Amino acid sequence: MSFYLVQFLSGLATAATLFLVSSGLTIVFGVTRIVNFAHGSFYMLGAYLGWTLVERWGSTPLGFWGAVAASALAVGLLGALMEVGLLRRLYRSPELFQLLATFGVVLVVQDAASWIWGSEDLLGRRAPGLRGSVDILDQPFPLYDLVLIGLGPLVLGLLWLLFNRTRWGTLVRAATQDRDMASALGVDPARLFTGVLFLGSALAGLGGALQVPREAVNLHMDMAIVVEAFVVVVVGGMGSLTGAFVASLLIGQLQAFGILVFPQITLVLVFLFMAVVLVIRPYGLLGRAEDAPPTAASPGPPLVAAAGAARWAPALLLALLAAVPLVAGDYALIVLTEVVILALLAASLHLLIGLGGLVSFGHAAYFGLGAYGAALLVKHFAAPMPLALAAAPLVAGLGALAAGWFCVRRSGLYFAMLTLAFAQIVWSVTFQWYGVTGGDNGILGVWPPDWAAGKAAYYWLTLALAGGALLLLRRAAFAPFGYTLRAGRDSTLRAESVGIDVRRHQWLSFALAGSAAGLAGGLYAFSKGSVFPTLMAVPVSVDALVMVLMGGIQTLSGPVVGAALFHLLETEAMSRTDWWRLVLGAIILVLVLAFPKGVAGFVRDLWTRGRDA
Amino acid sequence: MTTQPLLSVRGLQAWYGRAHILTGVDLVVGRGEVVALMGRNGAGKTTTLKAIMGLLDRRAGSVTFDGRDVSALPPHRIARLGLGYVPEDRRVFTDLTVEENLEVGRQPPRDGAPHWTPDRLYALFPNLAEMRGRRGGRMSGGEQQMLTLARTLMGNPSLLLLDEPSEGLAPRIVQQMADALRALKAEGLSILVSEQNLAFAAAVADRASVIEKGQIRFEGPMRTLLEDEAVRRAYLAV
Repeated sequence: MSFYLVQFLSGLATAATLFLVSSGLTIVFGVTRIVNFAHGSFYMLGAYLGWTLVERWGSTPLGFWGAVAASALAVGLLGALMEVGLLRRLYRSPELFQLLATFGVVLVVQDAASWIWGSEDLLGRRAPGLRGSVDILDQPFPLYDLVLIGLGPLVLGLLWLLFNRTRWGTLVRAATQDRDMASALGVDPARLFTGVLFLGSALAGLGGALQVPREAVNLHMDMAIVVEAFVVVVVGGMGSLTGAFVASLLIGQLQAFGILVFPQITLVLVFLFMAVVLVIRPYGLLGRAEDAPPTAASPGPPLVAAAGAARWAPALLLALLAAVPLVAGDYALIVLTEVVILALLAASLHLLIGLGGLVSFGHAAYFGLGAYGAALLVKHFAAPMPLALAAAPLVAGLGALAAGWFCVRRSGLYFAMLTLAFAQIVWSVTFQWYGVTGGDNGILGVWPPDWAAGKAAYYWLTLALAGGALLLLRRAAFAPFGYTLRAGRDSTLRAESVGIDVRRHQWLSFALAGSAAGLAGGLYAFSKGSVFPTLMAVPVSVDALVMVLMGGIQTLSGPVVGAALFHLLETEAMSRTDWWRLVLGAIILVLVLAFPKGVAGFVRDLWTRGRDA
Repeated sequence: MTTQPLLSVRGLQAWYGRAHILTGVDLVVGRGEVVALMGRNGAGKTTTLKAIMGLLDRRAGSVTFDGRDVSALPPHRIARLGLGYVPEDRRVFTDLTVEENLEVGRQPPRDGAPHWTPDRLYALFPNLAEMRGRRGGRMSGGEQQMLTLARTLMGNPSLLLLDEPSEGLAPRIVQQMADALRALKAEGLSILVSEQNLAFAAAVADRASVIEKGQIRFEGPMRTLLEDEAVRRAYLAV
């Protein structure tokens, strides 16, 4: 009995941290509608700053708590700085662009932290006065964790007072609902948002600094926490503080007891829980329909098929690319093969985002399913490459068909989180099912046969298959299927009222996008000769998203341009410096600020302006 | 102090995306004056008010308010100079109570403009007084319209931009609204009110400007418009 009580209490302590971080995230999202990936980075910075300050001052209780508070404030200031220097310039851009910008910040912070604090895990000092433990029914429980447990409700109460009993809070709630109206009443939304980013980031920093006595500070804290915090925010209902609190409690307990009951699936328990909650309650536990986030639908000019000479651009490009092996060496061909594969991955994601208005955070699942589908056939059945390559889109397409059935029933960020949940489930099955998939050892020896083994030969094969699939996706965009998708994106209600089954089309597009990503995955597996679970992990999904957004979602060439740009930059930066994340992040930030419509959108604007003039 | 008008609009142009809505609007509102901006649906009334308030991304031309050029200022700066905007679609903050809605509009007192407090507004709109703690989303259309007006008055404006206040309201509420506007005028407030309802405009306005296809086609005393059937037929009849 007492064991369970202690387990319950440690679940509460986990919940407290989770709540601090996710309350900040939900506040920032509720007000600015920005999906702030950098929130996890602020948590990590809070932990690192907290470690440094606690080392310096933390020998007395006053010094320790002063260090925690100072870290939170410093991180809050960084958040405010990000709002003023970056996000403020993007409020008029498509919503997803802000997400891209915050991802640039993630990369920069990663390397900055590694530069300042090194890559070793840092063990912090325990909190003075709270080092011991208390006996609860004869079981020891850390005193510090008891303090954390009390802190959660305290912060919830303070935030409630702030938002419901102060003028600032009232203005924030007003601006959250109707930014333009608030500003017409004399409220400066920009200043409010700076304040909100300060508050939200400070909460993340506080959560991070409070972790110093509990766990080692390391460079992987950012992504781990941001994914969990998103789960909490979505389960609780976006923008709802109380919802975030309840969800934190539930997920804290799930983690405390889940490990006892289902040790095999600990990695996915949280995501399964989220999927179940979203299937039962579409807007989370305490969310409301009107708080649902807007989708990717951009008010930009509609897609038009290129006319005149530009119509031949794709064919010309393919011809040019086909000629490259005549002049390029092996290294260039390897990189270019990867670019072509990633272009297909990005274009398949663009089918969902750009045409369907469905932002997927888990597209890597289908890339990975394709890769593993092909590799498993080779390993277990010694299948020849053509068969394995044919199976890749099939396996991924079937996976997408199954996952899509659930996902398309939700929209906006709820859709995104469901796709992420399925991707995490697929990833952890692959990761933990050693007998079949080899777990994190991956599957080796997936090489093409002799006729395609040369770098040029495999490049041509990739170009033919991926290029064909790209043309097919392009064709779909201008077929009635594509128009239907876009109609559903721009107004589900109107599309349905003229007799279109929007959900069915979204489901089909999900499967189509999944199988195209699967083909890319299959091609990738044979180009590398091996597959690993990282192929379907979060970073790959994020990379694909970045490629699409970098190129711009308003053009079909956008994802292709974005994939090329992103991969070439990444490869080039990696080969030149250890600080490639910093370089890449900085480039993303510059691009976002310089081309708020994406690179391809910018070029197209130049082109049409040139013709209008 | 001067004979200079409170609001002077010259050659105002505005766009929605690529659509050129206003092609050159000229308007004047004097101190203490109520001007009706009349015209059919789609003539550009709402766009004119939004463009004056700085709520459109793309606009051109000059807007002078109280002797200051405001044509390049963001909405919150314009509002803080004493220009109050009441939208047509009753954008109350549905999640906020009546009291909180008023709080959002509150600005410091201003010289030369009536000073409003929640209590004075509750006296002007007795309905609102009875539902101070009610959320905006749980009010009727007429109550929301009153709240929108009261909320803007909390900013102590010297000029009110009022967009179709009578639209979609029951006749009894329209009457209340007209009474409220006359009371505001008696307080010395200047008002630019866009309207389709000629009877309502006639009940509150001193002068009228008639807009059609993004330009002002008629400008003169309200009485002249009432008597000039040719103008009414050309620009107002449906």
